[in-house]
Amino acid sequence: MRVLVCVKRVPAPGAKINITADGQAVDTAYLAFTTSPHEECAVEAAVQLVEQHGGESTVLTLGPAEADEQLRYAASIGVNKAVLLPITENDWDPQRTAAAIATAIRDLESADGAFDLVLFGNESADSGNFQVGVRVAHALARPIVNGIKGIEVQGDTIRAKRESDAGVEVYAVPTPCVLGVKEGINLPRYPTLKGRLASKKVDVAQVSPQGDAGGQQMVTLLQAAEQVSQTVMLGTGPEAAPAVVDLLEELGLLK
Amino acid sequence: MSVLVVIEHDRGTLSPASLEALTAARTVDADVHALTLGASADSLAGTLAAHGASVVHQVHHDLLNDFGPEAWGEAVAQAVRALQPAAVVACGTDRGNEVMAQAAARLDLPFVANCNEITVGDTWSIVRVRWGGSLLEQCTLDAATKLVTFAHHAVEAAEAIGAGSVSALAVELDASLGRTVVAERVERAAGVTLATAPLVVGGGRGVGSAEAFAPLEELAGLLGGVVGCSRAVTNNGWRNHTDQVGQTGTRIAPDLYMACGISGAIQHWVGAMASKKILAINTDAEANMVTKADYAVIGDLHKVIPAIIEEVRRRKGA
Repeated sequence: MRVLVCVKRVPAPGAKINITADGQAVDTAYLAFTTSPHEECAVEAAVQLVEQHGGESTVLTLGPAEADEQLRYAASIGVNKAVLLPITENDWDPQRTAAAIATAIRDLESADGAFDLVLFGNESADSGNFQVGVRVAHALARPIVNGIKGIEVQGDTIRAKRESDAGVEVYAVPTPCVLGVKEGINLPRYPTLKGRLASKKVDVAQVSPQGDAGGQQMVTLLQAAEQVSQTVMLGTGPEAAPAVVDLLEELGLLK
Repeated sequence: MSVLVVIEHDRGTLSPASLEALTAARTVDADVHALTLGASADSLAGTLAAHGASVVHQVHHDLLNDFGPEAWGEAVAQAVRALQPAAVVACGTDRGNEVMAQAAARLDLPFVANCNEITVGDTWSIVRVRWGGSLLEQCTLDAATKLVTFAHHAVEAAEAIGAGSVSALAVELDASLGRTVVAERVERAAGVTLATAPLVVGGGRGVGSAEAFAPLEELAGLLGGVVGCSRAVTNNGWRNHTDQVGQTGTRIAPDLYMACGISGAIQHWVGAMASKKILAINTDAEANMVTKADYAVIGDLHKVIPAIIEEVRRRKGA
């Protein structure tokens, strides 16, 4: 089985994020970078699928030259090949990003054969445009389902699971197909020392990205209004319990 | 011109998020039309009219009886071609964003996800959510038809009187689109879920182990609530990811969120910030969760929670 996983380099979530003076980007001076969380799980899923079914996995990103780090991280946990679509500007808009990735996939496939499965994260942690995977799938005329938290290969069909308000939905999607994966599908492994060393030697193929600007253009980033809360202290330690239960009563939760 | 609102439902059960979309749509155009997909949604017309829909366009097709992102996206794309609205709006839920992305790809139009505020004009100026809400982006949207979703919980649903005249709309869907229609469903056992519970008792790294969640379970059980957790907890394997509250987990909006031993990293906060009230229980009075909460108890959750359980039992018994 040939699996491609598309990832994005993003600032490590959890940290307070500052904006540059011109508002055009995140201030990266004190930030660590990582693979967007849903995609970290997509990488693990790609490695597991190749472990189970044989074949080969490839990781691809469109991003700055530094995204080499995220490609090598994927290689360190077992992805076989890596492709970088380098850009020098800030983020490309989602239509342009999708066009470039779709073109790159067509080129990779005409050189080495079709991918049975292309994985994306459900959405990127930073820009959260919720559409690049869908646009790529449409450009390639392949089916896609998002929000996937379980993948099971049955011959030429992938049974993909997704959680909804009502329960669990199962999709039976014929390959070749595209899936948008969500965190929780697996717990990504840590790279071994051997994996880390091997990843340094992986040849990262560079493909010049091609795509026209779309209709959504960023003007500036803004800091969200800080939620200022006058926290009411209900007390210290177990002695605070009656005050907590008073609050539960007041909110109508003590039924 | 009009704005077309894509209504989200599951076999005829309306997603309350769609009423937010109907409400928000009034800010971009006075003439609000609703689009329902699948015969099971016909019964929703009255509710949609009561939330401002002047026309409810109903689409019937066998491929729309259950959810399928491609069939739904193609149906929306065909509705846009037939009705020529100025804009198409949905709520930024998982399904909402997915269907709009599908429609946008098929129409070769831009799509802006999770908007908070829109200033209309030839080109729209939009403030949208990034990082799950901890950062915002101002952007422009330049398109013949504007496709957007509003961030879930960005507006509160409000009633408005609409004529609600019903109109049938025909679509042609290729049988191949059935490849992404739900093939099987496993219904969740009845009961409250993380997304709908009136009370969520959340535990973080401070809980310390999988076993130490037992008192949190007990308290949630006593009050008809559910247990949630932070990303640190799922990464440690203490609880299943389905319990995770946060940007990459579940967004919650309970009447009260009790955040126990949770420092309040941005990733967690954006999943919890729609809670009506937040009570933090933490040993660290300077923790983010404590300073952002409405109420706080400073102390060791392993001592505070058993005391709360005891007090709840005492008052319930009385």
